[in-house]
Amino acid sequence: MPLHFELVTPAKLVRSEDVHMVVVPGTEGEFGVLEGHAPFMSTIADGALKVYRTENGAPEEIRITGGFAEVGDAGLTVLAEHVSE
Amino acid sequence: MASLKELKGRINSVKSTQKITKAKQMVAAAKLRKAQAAAEAARPYAQRLAEVMGSLSSKITVSENSPKLLAGTGSDQVHLLVVANSDKGLCGAFNSNIVRAARAKAIELEAAGKTVLFYLIGRKGRAVIRREYPKQIAHMFDTTDVREPGFNEAERVADELVAMYEAGKFDVAHLFYSKFRSALVQEPTSQQIIPVPAPKAAAVQADAVTEYEPDEEEILAALLPRYLKTQLFGALLENAASEQGASMTAMDNATRNAGDLIKKLTIVYNRTRQAAITTELVEIIAGAEAL
Repeated sequence: MPLHFELVTPAKLVRSEDVHMVVVPGTEGEFGVLEGHAPFMSTIADGALKVYRTENGAPEEIRITGGFAEVGDAGLTVLAEHVSE
Repeated sequence: MASLKELKGRINSVKSTQKITKAKQMVAAAKLRKAQAAAEAARPYAQRLAEVMGSLSSKITVSENSPKLLAGTGSDQVHLLVVANSDKGLCGAFNSNIVRAARAKAIELEAAGKTVLFYLIGRKGRAVIRREYPKQIAHMFDTTDVREPGFNEAERVADELVAMYEAGKFDVAHLFYSKFRSALVQEPTSQQIIPVPAPKAAAVQADAVTEYEPDEEEILAALLPRYLKTQLFGALLENAASEQGASMTAMDNATRNAGDLIKKLTIVYNRTRQAAITTELVEIIAGAEAL
């Protein structure tokens, strides 16, 4: 089962897609989010999100600053103030 | 009655004014579409953030230990009015409507014995407020060097506001801008931005226990300035769309007025011309008869 991942900035919706896993640099340590993760909210340190589209593929890195992550039933939503791909 | 030459001159000058207003109207129509798209694109972020803020603030109680941005300074003596205007004119009563709303609020607050300060965004509206309240302008934020006010500007404004707030320069901040209803209707709106009014909590799911990292209060403290930025950004976008809408309507009216004026002047011109010809003919006939 894929994980629904959304990356939103104030200016636009950057990503809205289904991926395998996303590794998020939380302020209290990195965490990976897979499908079916428990509801969770965390602030994000400035750094790179690692998006794994497939289980064994190479991750795609998206650098974000001023981020916030929310995991709910709908998947992972990352709110970021600035994004550079 | 004006001479033929004068009339011709006036018709030409109105015609060139009409060309300008028509061009500005078309520019505004194109920019309006862009501004609306930008406002549309900003909605998901604002919505999500408001949802998160709502669910967070429903979980903690506001006390003295809460972040100052949420709980307030404990007094409401000094009010800061943040007035967002545009940099350009030619948009009808758009700017004066916003300034009027701000002035009404200022008068109301001063009658209640509060101190009022102004924070002005955009070039228009400065003159009026400077005339009325010369010593009460805390800062004038300049947006003339950017084409479209974007998130960077909102961020800078928010940072300055938070710094001023933390330095104890004011207790309550209100934001004045124009809400975009349609190209024809823009609504001057005022909104309290500091202390942050808690967004209405969404329906809390009882079964889903959300974990927080760090805890709720720290997340809330981190999100408050961001929420402020988002609100300012939203206001700037609404303002941009409203400005173009107002400009379009105003210029449409101006173009139509110029058309009416040209029609009237042309009639006067033709009448004068005919009168001149008739007079000439009468003179010739009278001359011939005299012979």
